Amino acid sequence: MAKNGWALRWPALKQLSTGDLAGLGESAMTERTRTLRPRVVEADKVVDSVCPFCGVGCGQKVYVKDGRIMDIEGDYDSPISQGCLCPKGSATMQLVTGTHRTMSVLYRRPYGRKWEKIPLDKAMDMVAERVKKARDETWEEQHEKGHPLRRTLGIAHLGGATLDNEENYLIKKLFTALGIVQVENQARI
Amino acid sequence: MAECHPVGFRWVMEAKRRGATIIHVDPRFTRTSAVADIHVPIRPGSDIAFLGALVNYIISNDLWFKEYVVNYTNAAALVSEDYKDTEDLDGLFSGWDHEKGQYDPSSWQYRGLDVTPAAGHREMFSGEPRAERGAIVSAEQHDYTLTDPLCVFQIIKRHYSRYTPEMVEEACGVPRELFEKVARALCENSGPERTGAFCYAVGWTQHSVGVQYIRTAAIVQLLLGNIGRPGGGIMALRGHASIQGSTDIPTLYNMLPGYLPMPKASYDTDLQKYIEYNESASGWWSEFPKYMVSLLKAWYGPAATLQNDWCYDYLPHITGDHSHMVTVAAMADALIQGYFVMGENPAVGSMNCALQRKGLRNLKWLVVRDFAPTETAEFWHNAPEVVSGQVRTEDIGTEVFFFPCAAHTEKDGSFTNTQRLLQWHHKAVEPPGDCRSELHFAWHLGRRLKELYRASSAPKDRAIRDLTWDYRSIGAIEEPDAEEVLAEIGGYTLGDKKSLSGYKELKNDGGTVCGCWIYCGCYKDGTNQAARRKPASEQSWVAPEWGWAWPANRRLLYNRASADPQGRPWSERKKYVWWDAGEKKWTGVDNPDFIVDRSPDYRPGPEAKGIDTLSGIDPFIMQAEGKAWLYDPNGLLDGPLPTHYEPEESVLKNPLYGQQCNPARMEWIRKENPYHKAWGDTDYPFIATTYRLTEHHTAGGMTRWVPWLCELQPEMFVEVSPELAALRGLENGGWATVSTVRGEIEARVLVTERMHSFVQQGRTLHTVGIPYHWSWIGRSTGDAANELTAFVADPNVSIEESKAFSVQIVAGRRSRKRRAAASGPLVDREVEGPERDQPEVREKPAGKHGLHAGKTELTEEA
Ligand code: SF4
Repeated sequence: MAKNGWALRWPALKQLSTGDLAGLGESAMTERTRTLRPRVVEADKVVDSVCPFCGVGCGQKVYVKDGRIMDIEGDYDSPISQGCLCPKGSATMQLVTGTHRTMSVLYRRPYGRKWEKIPLDKAMDMVAERVKKARDETWEEQHEKGHPLRRTLGIAHLGGATLDNEENYLIKKLFTALGIVQVENQARI
Repeated sequence: MAECHPVGFRWVMEAKRRGATIIHVDPRFTRTSAVADIHVPIRPGSDIAFLGALVNYIISNDLWFKEYVVNYTNAAALVSEDYKDTEDLDGLFSGWDHEKGQYDPSSWQYRGLDVTPAAGHREMFSGEPRAERGAIVSAEQHDYTLTDPLCVFQIIKRHYSRYTPEMVEEACGVPRELFEKVARALCENSGPERTGAFCYAVGWTQHSVGVQYIRTAAIVQLLLGNIGRPGGGIMALRGHASIQGSTDIPTLYNMLPGYLPMPKASYDTDLQKYIEYNESASGWWSEFPKYMVSLLKAWYGPAATLQNDWCYDYLPHITGDHSHMVTVAAMADALIQGYFVMGENPAVGSMNCALQRKGLRNLKWLVVRDFAPTETAEFWHNAPEVVSGQVRTEDIGTEVFFFPCAAHTEKDGSFTNTQRLLQWHHKAVEPPGDCRSELHFAWHLGRRLKELYRASSAPKDRAIRDLTWDYRSIGAIEEPDAEEVLAEIGGYTLGDKKSLSGYKELKNDGGTVCGCWIYCGCYKDGTNQAARRKPASEQSWVAPEWGWAWPANRRLLYNRASADPQGRPWSERKKYVWWDAGEKKWTGVDNPDFIVDRSPDYRPGPEAKGIDTLSGIDPFIMQAEGKAWLYDPNGLLDGPLPTHYEPEESVLKNPLYGQQCNPARMEWIRKENPYHKAWGDTDYPFIATTYRLTEHHTAGGMTRWVPWLCELQPEMFVEVSPELAALRGLENGGWATVSTVRGEIEARVLVTERMHSFVQQGRTLHTVGIPYHWSWIGRSTGDAANELTAFVADPNVSIEESKAFSVQIVAGRRSRKRRAAASGPLVDREVEGPERDQPEVREKPAGKHGLHAGKTELTEEA
């Protein structure tokens, strides 16, 4: 920029001198705006994903830098959403990175008034033992009329419908093998 | 749709831009109504009257698509001479067995024939031994002139003859001119050159006649020839990322993956009987044994052999209804020890929250998996009945485990969206702390249980010991390989582990493994088909290379119906799939949903079996006779045709029949689940309907903790019309208390013309609109709508009625000692009132835990 550049940088003059009368073109630019880039170009990788909220199934792009999610945007390639996300889909970033997320396993003793933190492995062991106990105590081999039952009504399950197909499959496979029949889902609600 | 599925709605706007007429039928005026050509405010709970009147309009004005209806539906089939309609019996069909308290469907059948209901309904009636079903389809009796009074077409015509525009006015509160405008627009936009589509969100199913709502829409669409054709159909806009997937690979009590029924104790005692009762002799379900054997091979691997019936004996058996509300009632009676709740919040999202929480209090242990502790995880703390002192935390013995879950960005996996499309989401980052996927949880729980039972020789433990459970473990957190699970779901040959390309390759000799037959091929060529992402701009408008749709990557089901009986497109405009006479095969822009080389002029001979029974003009290949069912000869528990019944709690007497409510509905007669009067309850004189908002999701577990969304939609409110506000002294922005005999909630009042008052049967009826996302935890809190609702359900699928019930509303806040029906009704009062049922229906035998339903015996012990 020339020595007298300060004057030419004055917006009104700049508009006049460049013919940008609406003031929306080059004259609105500064060095800073000229070098601005979307945050996401700095991502180390872009991962294809799907919105976890409703059943429309809008496409998402997850931008990752240094092992952390830096942004989640709509996927322009998706024939379903063509880059759009609704308010919920647009808030996915906060859903998955927000401070509301609990990071440890919590345990409430019978008759207890508060949560206690316990290790994940210990909690898994405790649940497995309880499943075995409940199952063994409530096992029904046969109906009184002799029909096979081979099940337990002592354990039940209710699943949300934002779980993956693979997750539902393992849940149904495991619980059926254990004889648990009261397996239900949001899909009925 | 604009509110709850905004991005899906952009396609409706695109259709509008191209000239489509958008009709919005909804009790509320919403963002959808704002851009629709016609908005029809309808009284909640009266939709069958409206749709039935469309059926009547189409038939009486001779606007139905004749060639389609005669060839592709069961309009010409003759029905049993014993059939009696609701017109004859004041709201009941023939066959009500008052001792059993349920229908016997034998008088509804086709003349001289028993057929199998199609997928989705099989599991309800399959118990009845009917070994020869479907075998004599070719002997079926028809009247192709459609004039026989007992042919399906004439039965429908008569059944809906009183569903007139005047009746719509009386039952739905919709002026007849408005109704006629809708009927005209729909009919003018259907036929060879044009198609019309129905879109509904699942609130449409949440009625004690929910299944029949959708059935009525199906009748309308079939009469207009709008099924199996581009731009046609009935689209369920489901509210969750994989809710379709949770139905296909069901975590539902009555089904195994791919809509195979769970074995029923009284009938399906061994594999032979199970197959005999569930396979069909004709249509696609004749392939049933292949699907079942491949599933058992997937689950029990080398242990499953021909000699031991592929380990069929390992499967547990059901003895009736074990659905969500039935289970919770048993829980409240302390019959269940442990409950897993994964990514769900029944203490807010399910009916009658107080009864839900009573169930949780009576467990020994509860496992909740979610992002943060929900109301279900913390039911022992600050729940309404705890705050009011009715229940004390230190008296609640339930042990609670809360496991933090991984987000979809922290795990690999597929969602099946509402159009049956599987889309893979890739893991982007590691889950933080102890957060883990449900896949991780299920797998590691299974591994521990296999270890605990390893030394057991008890027969009951063989299934868990032999369960195939060797998935590849990935990374430090030992995450099972989701792709490997998908490969098992999609199927492979046993010998060389070659992935299958489609369900036609499945075998019943143990040579194939397939975890869900309708998903067979989703891992074709050893490639994750769900992860395909060819940009929309680089492929046809059908976009067949984006994700993978079941079955066989078909984007439009029953698409053979998009061509005329000779196999030619109905019109150039609506061209989709057609018969290529030169190549002698079906072709088109989508994968044809038909036997690819079956010529349109093929007709089966009397000896034909299985798939060979499907003629060249049978597009509905999952039906035993290949035709779409206008009339359902045996598939539903509450009758062969949709009939208008009032909700359990209504403000009006049924204007059509003496029978007020669905006679087969499920009711729970329990002290924590009291009902209002059938109609005209002066203590609860207003209609209530619940709904969602754009910015929140279901019971709020994924949105009420997210500040951006809480800022957009910060507080619970109820919507009322200016007339109701004036009547009850409610102020915009002020407080109101809404109550039923089961619970009471407070909320800010939004006085708005979006709510409509109806003048019907000489009375002005007001509606209170209640969003149901809130409860007492999270960053935005409020009272839960479901504190008000009751356990009452549709008999076919046990779905609750939450979209129409009666309430009271008063100005001001509820008392701090708020009440919930933790142990009984909020108010003691006489509930003598008008009957819901005809005398013969009144005394249903009681089931367990207070359940009274017109179906127990059908699946219970014979
Ligand atoms: S962005 Fe909105 S419309 Fe799209 S899937 Fe997510 S919640 Fe549904």
